[in-house]
Order: sequence, then structure tokens, then C-alpha cells
Amino acid sequence: MKKILDRRLFLRTTATAAATVAAAGGTTVIAASNGAWAMTLSSFDAATARVLLVMTRDLFPHDMLGDVYYAEVVESLDKKAEADPGLAKTIETGVAALDRATGVPWLQLSPGGRTEVLKSIEKTPFFQAVKGETVVGLYNNKLVWHHFGYQGSSAEFGGYLHRGFQDAGWTLEPDAEASPPPPA
Amino acid sequence: MARYELSDDSVVVVIGSGAGGGTLANELCQKGIKVILLEAGKRLSPEEFVNDEWAAFVQTAWLDKRTTSGSWRVARDFPNLPAWICKTVGGSTVHWAGASLRFQPHEFKTRTVYGEIPGATLLDWPIGYEDLEPYYDRAEKKMGVTRTNGIPGLPGNNNFRVMYTGAKRLGYKTVHTGRMAINSRARDGRSHCLQIGFCFQGCKSAAKWSTLYTEIPAAEATGKLDLRTECQALQIQHDAAGKITGVLYADKDGRQHLQKARIVCIACNSIESPRLLLNSASSKYPDGLANSSGQVGRNYMRHTTGSVYATFDRPVYMFRGTTMAGIIQDEAGHDPKRGFAGGYELETLSLGLPFLAAFLDPGAWGREFSRKLEGYAHMAGMWIVGEDMPQASNRVTLHPTEKDRFGLPIPNVHFDDHPNDIAMRAHAYRQGAAVYLAAGAREIYEVPPYPSTHNLGTNRMSARPQDGVCNAFGQTWDHKNLFISDGSQFTTGAAENPTLTIVALAIRQADYLADQMAKNAI
Repeated sequence: MKKILDRRLFLRTTATAAATVAAAGGTTVIAASNGAWAMTLSSFDAATARVLLVMTRDLFPHDMLGDVYYAEVVESLDKKAEADPGLAKTIETGVAALDRATGVPWLQLSPGGRTEVLKSIEKTPFFQAVKGETVVGLYNNKLVWHHFGYQGSSAEFGGYLHRGFQDAGWTLEPDAEASPPPPA
Repeated sequence: MARYELSDDSVVVVIGSGAGGGTLANELCQKGIKVILLEAGKRLSPEEFVNDEWAAFVQTAWLDKRTTSGSWRVARDFPNLPAWICKTVGGSTVHWAGASLRFQPHEFKTRTVYGEIPGATLLDWPIGYEDLEPYYDRAEKKMGVTRTNGIPGLPGNNNFRVMYTGAKRLGYKTVHTGRMAINSRARDGRSHCLQIGFCFQGCKSAAKWSTLYTEIPAAEATGKLDLRTECQALQIQHDAAGKITGVLYADKDGRQHLQKARIVCIACNSIESPRLLLNSASSKYPDGLANSSGQVGRNYMRHTTGSVYATFDRPVYMFRGTTMAGIIQDEAGHDPKRGFAGGYELETLSLGLPFLAAFLDPGAWGREFSRKLEGYAHMAGMWIVGEDMPQASNRVTLHPTEKDRFGLPIPNVHFDDHPNDIAMRAHAYRQGAAVYLAAGAREIYEVPPYPSTHNLGTNRMSARPQDGVCNAFGQTWDHKNLFISDGSQFTTGAAENPTLTIVALAIRQADYLADQMAKNAI
């Protein structure tokens, strides 16, 4: 399976665009209308993927993040569902339950309405599976880190010894007994 | 490296290569004693460590299934992860942050000093501070602890600077960058600290002491150590007289071997050590080995913990540099006027974004939670380490039905906070918040305890056989050639991070073992 995801293109846009769908040989591809990203799915159908794309964002909404990062979470969940029929079933029934919750398709609800439905299913294995995947996958994506000011791996840069580990000049200056100088 | 025969019953078998077992193995080898060191995990090198929280967790953590029960929040949020400890050569000294504090003298006699506390099984240690003092000296020297032996303290990072600012404004007196087993200057063939961060993920510069690249290579250099990696102990065996005869273990391919032994020392951390004793039950010892007191697995302690994080107007970048970068010690004493017995340390702690998302408020989601995480770069953090009350019902037991891949029952860890723990934590949250408010915090987050990193007390030492599992040297009351060599022998937990005391006890135990072996007493 070929993963279609152009991060360079994404970096030029933060648009959250309506997805378009193409199906080819048992594989579902959902692409942003502006071509910024696409996800390739083996287990979920397009409708399920679109619900999950919105749900993952509703769970951990960051306006500064484009859909591509949430799409990666959905892709990862899809891959797991492909290998785990039990999980695939959990997702399928969970998505159906979202639509049944108010009688109005979940995606057609207002953001507040969607959140209310999510709250009502918090205890379900479906919710836990999607939330667990998102809280790990979204924040473990190295491409989102700079949005939060997290710099990640430092050993390859020689650590922070000469890169600002004590540059918070707005604090009191500790005395040399409390905080001795670094090695020369 | 030495290779001993399975039938060689003159060897000492040490199970577990962390702070207790790794140190003990080296100390024995230095005395010319033949040691087989069994380690369930693989041997990694510092180059293989990764500055990546989840990847490092998968690489080093003990992930075999465990279950939990009790009212602690860990049982709800992380039902199969009661503890964050390691399965790798070096054990949890790969993961530890390096804080190396001596116990305070009164913490060896809490039953006497604190008095009777309902629901608590407090007991004085069978040793006092004066017994351990020379071994603390040796441990600090071995580990290169800062602010001892003329070794300067580490330079404080931004997370420390924020703590220092609030602590000073609040009037706290003992505030500094801690006593750390992290090289502030190159020492012992290892680099000075590069302020990489990721102390929990394995120190890539080896500036932080770990048995992986100190004790174990030193033991290998003697030609006396037979280190067997990816070998998990399954059962300790005994003869008709109750004398320990050997250890049944499984190698990496699952093949089982029986290693004969003159002496067996258990250092598998406080969940697996009692589990191994319980899983070694026989017709002669139906309740497990070393368990005539019924104390094996009981009095499980994990320190009264919790974290306080806060966001500030200006950036902090708490992840830059050492994870445990500084300490406030003013609350560590025993001052019952505060409404609880014992004391606590406040130590900086930082998490990367991936782990903060998992631990800041486990289970939380939605706009408000996301907003908190968006303050990450402006966030400072500290961890509470306080003495918790031992309780008989806080306990490691064998799961009634679930088995591991070897067919042995998995452990269940039951924990309920004692009222003293709850009162202490509330006080510490308040003081931690006060520190950050004094430093100009905009928002304060009280964070619940993480899965336990300090697991203690499940094979405690006691003055009388009926009160505990082992004597003042970690020698089990029931089997004179079976020893407890890790934090599970702690009678009580004290307010300090346990590693230095585990190492000091291991050095002391090695002296005792060598003496007893020389006298043919064992």
C-alpha cells in the first residue's frame, strides 16, 4: 500500500479542507480538496474515516494544527483495525452509535452538539480506543512539536548545555552555591 | 567473562541487574566471589538509547502484563501499568533521574518517632543511620554524587530557576540543584552532563550513574561475573531441609534451565521480587518461600507522590537539561504540626510533550485540556516525593487466573492511600502551588501520581522474624542462603528517592555475604 502524504505541501497551508474520496482496488483514499494531504485506508470506509477525522480533532482540538496530523492518527488506527478484526468491529459499531445518539448524523451536529454526544459515550471501548490512539499518536508526531515549543531529541546537538538550558532570564539568578556554573 | 556450569553449586546467583543486584554482583566479584547475574532484559548501550519518550518506553520498560486494584487512580488510568520500571541490563538505573539523598536518621525508627498510626504497619528498621553511614559514604563515592566528595553541584536549568525563584520568595532555605549521581565534571571514565534531558530514557552521554556501564563492566573485568541476559527467573528451589539449592530460569528462547547455587540473592524490584517468592511455593512452603511471617508482598509502598505544573508569562522550556534539576528540602522533616507524620521533598521534574499529554490529566480530553497543553513551552514542573505509610493490605499478590507466557501467575498490585498520605499530598500540592505562584504562575495544575517508579517494602527487613521477611542484612529469616537485595527490603520508605539507600544496602550486604562465606556460615 502506498501512503500518499505530502508534508512539504502541508507546510505551506493550514487549510482545513473538505475531503474528497476515491476508491481503488479495495483501498480508500481521502484527500484534502487543496491537495495538502491524503490518507490511504484499508479497513475503514470513507464515511467512517471522515467521522474519525472530526472526532480526533474534537477530542484534542488545536486550531494551529491542520487536518493532516489528525489524518495520520486515523491512518494509524486503520492499520491497527486491519490487523485486529475486534477493533475494526468496535470502530464500526461506535461510529454507527454516534449517528444514532441524537437521530441526526453526528457530523451534521454543531461542535457543541458533537461534544455532548462524545461525553455521553466516554466509557465505551470505541471512545477509549479512539482517544487512546489520538492522545499517543497526535502528540508523538514530531511534526507537531514545534507548534508547542517542544524541541524533542537533543543528544545529536550536544544536548542543551550550550543551547539555552538556563536562558530564562526572567527568573531570579540563583547563587553559585545553589546552582554552580557549568564546566568550562 | 566467566561461564559457570549449571551444576556448579558454589556460585552466588543474583537475580536482577539494577541498583541492588548490579551493585551487589560487582561488590562480590571484586572480592573474588563467583557470581551469576540473571537479567530478564537485553543489554543495550548508551548509543542505542533514544531521545524519544514512547520509543524509549517500549525499549526499556517492563511491559509484561500486571493488574491493579485499590482506590489509587493509577488503577483506573493505567490498570495494567502499576509501575514504570525497567526490563533491561541496568534495570531501573537506566531510567532513574539520579537523585541520591541519604535517609534522615529518624526515618530508620518511624514507629518510635511517629508513634502508633491507625491502619499503618510502621516498624523501626533493624538498623540505624549509624549502621548505614559508612556505606552511604561508599555509595556516594562509587556513584559520584554531586555535593559529596568535593564534587560540585550541577548547573541549574530553567525548570530549576523557576523553582528557585518561587522557593526563595516563599522563604524556603534549602534549595539547590540536588545531590545527583550525574557527573557535573568528567569522572570515572564518563562524560560530564551535557544537559540533554531525557534522563528517564537512558542517558546517552553516560554522565548519569547506571549499573549498566559502571558496576557491570567493572564486575566483568574481574573475570568472576557470568552475566546471562534475557534470562528470567521462574522459581527458586530448595531441598528437604529448606536450604535453597538453585534457580529455575527461562532463556530468550523460552528454554528452561536449572542453575545450582550456594546462595541466591533476589533484586527484581518490589513487584517481581515478592512474585518470585510466591511463585516458588512448594509442598513444604505452600505460601511461598521466605513467607512464614505472611509478610511477603505486604506493606507495598510507592512514596506519596503527585506533581505540580504551572504556566508562566514567559517561556521556560522545562525539558531542556536534567529531568530532576533541583530540590526544595524544607518540608522533608517530621513536623506533625502540619497534620501528618513524615515529610516530603519537592524536586523539579519535566516531561516531554508526548508524556505530558498522557500524564497531565489522564483520561482528560476536549478544548480545555488542549489549551493547557498549548502552554507547554511556558510550563514548569515539580514532583512530590514523600514518605507513605506501610499498610498490610497494600500488597503484591498472585493473580488468581491470569498467567504469563511461562504459565506462571502474573502479579496484582493493590494500593489504597492512607489518610496520612492524603494529608501529606494535599499539603505538598498547596506548597508546590505557592512556590509557583510566588514565581508568577498564571495557572497551576495538580497532577495525580504517575505509575510507580519507587516500589518498596514488599519483603521488608525486621528485628523479629514474625514482623518481616528478612533480617538487617537482607537475609531471609526462613532460608539462610536466600537474600533480598533490592528496595523490597525497606522497612519504611522515608521521604527520599530510594536508589542511594538500595546501593548502600547492597554494598553492606556484599560485605556480610563475603564474611559469612569465609566463615562457612552459609
